[in-house]
Amino acid sequence: MQNIVERLRNGDRRALARMVTLIENEIPQTQHYLAELHRYTGHAHIIGVTGAPGAGKSTLVTHLVRELRRRERKIGVIAVDPTSPFSGGAILGDRIRMMELSGDPNVFIRSMASRGSLGGLAASTRDVVRAMDAAGYDPIIIETVGTGQAEVEVMRAAQTVLVVVAPGMGDDIQAIKAGILEIADIFVVSKADKPGADQTVAELAMVLSLDPGRKKAPWRIPVLKTAAIKDQGIPQVVDALQHHYEYLVESGMLASRAQRQVDSELQALVVHAVMKALKVQVSEEEWQKLVEDIRIRERDPYSVARELEERIGLK
Amino acid sequence: MADTRPIRVLVAKPGLDGHDRGAKVIARALRDAGMEVIYTGIRQTPEMIVEAAIQEDVDAILMSILSGAHMAIFPKVMELLKQNGVDDVLVAAGGILPDEDVPAIKAMGIKGCFGPGTSTEEIIEFVRTSIQADRLTVEV
Repeated sequence: MQNIVERLRNGDRRALARMVTLIENEIPQTQHYLAELHRYTGHAHIIGVTGAPGAGKSTLVTHLVRELRRRERKIGVIAVDPTSPFSGGAILGDRIRMMELSGDPNVFIRSMASRGSLGGLAASTRDVVRAMDAAGYDPIIIETVGTGQAEVEVMRAAQTVLVVVAPGMGDDIQAIKAGILEIADIFVVSKADKPGADQTVAELAMVLSLDPGRKKAPWRIPVLKTAAIKDQGIPQVVDALQHHYEYLVESGMLASRAQRQVDSELQALVVHAVMKALKVQVSEEEWQKLVEDIRIRERDPYSVARELEERIGLK
Repeated sequence: MADTRPIRVLVAKPGLDGHDRGAKVIARALRDAGMEVIYTGIRQTPEMIVEAAIQEDVDAILMSILSGAHMAIFPKVMELLKQNGVDDVLVAAGGILPDEDVPAIKAMGIKGCFGPGTSTEEIIEFVRTSIQADRLTVEV
């Protein structure tokens, strides 16, 4: 049998599905697979879709995928739902609205539980994006958990962030608040067939016009209206996503953002490796003893750190 | 790792009846038992169920059906699973399943049949003990 990486590259959906399971559960051998997959990644446009619970994220994603299929794209969807803080279980219900997409081999949908992460994604979402990217899916759409005003992790995982706002969900004061409204590259006012949609569009446009840098900004954040049940406004959103991607490529932003991302990731991996090396040299007991000695002022943290550096051969 | 990974279950409602209260009760009970439940909603075709099971890499598929179409739908689901090489997923059924059909349903490879009155604890226990242990150790 071929190994899982080859099967994934050859379009085997079960191999991709199993890879996602391995990634989600942080199985040790996954790092080797991700290392192999790395050179095949970097092709997909990664789109984040976020917004309050009930704003219409899943419905919008379903319609975006349908439009992208008309344009002959092969689409990956990662739908994140919250894990119960009490039982550790989760009900992942985003597929309910996406079922019409099931059965199309060019659409791969995976539900993920947030498993305690608070930023609106799961801890391993970025690596799952990589697996889908290496399997040839482009674009990849990440649907976050229903967010409040602070879950902005999607900004670090996606290249284009689309914020969905339902009409009548808050007055203009709400809209000026920091948080998810600040991370939008594109706004979509959903449920445009409902009363209040035009007012919401006007409020968002007003908030955007307050930004002093807007006149000079090379990307003008569009505010679009959709009525998914009437199939209205969807092609315009897909066009806007495409334009934003082109803008990122042409302005060099795509490369500079990717560079920052790789930088912080490499740092995290190195820190992880150093900590691992340290744990081999220093027992938990000794570590706790050192912590205690520092606490009671027997020792100081700086000289202890220097000593530990020497012990793992860094000095 | 084996003891820390949450069990993933697909709860699906095939057929044309829209009575999904039972399926929702089960989904909620499994969640409260610490499982990750992919809930797909009503009117699922066998193709949709099998495709969702593959993409979500679930450990178990639970189907709820009240309409009486089980002898048409279940064989199709099992056949599609086989065609796709899925042989390590627990399949169980609930709903209105007449006693005389149960032997035939079990012969298809459907491991559990749960009628009205079954406690949620029984189903949770069944899922926990019946899914293949090697799935949870996640070897490839």
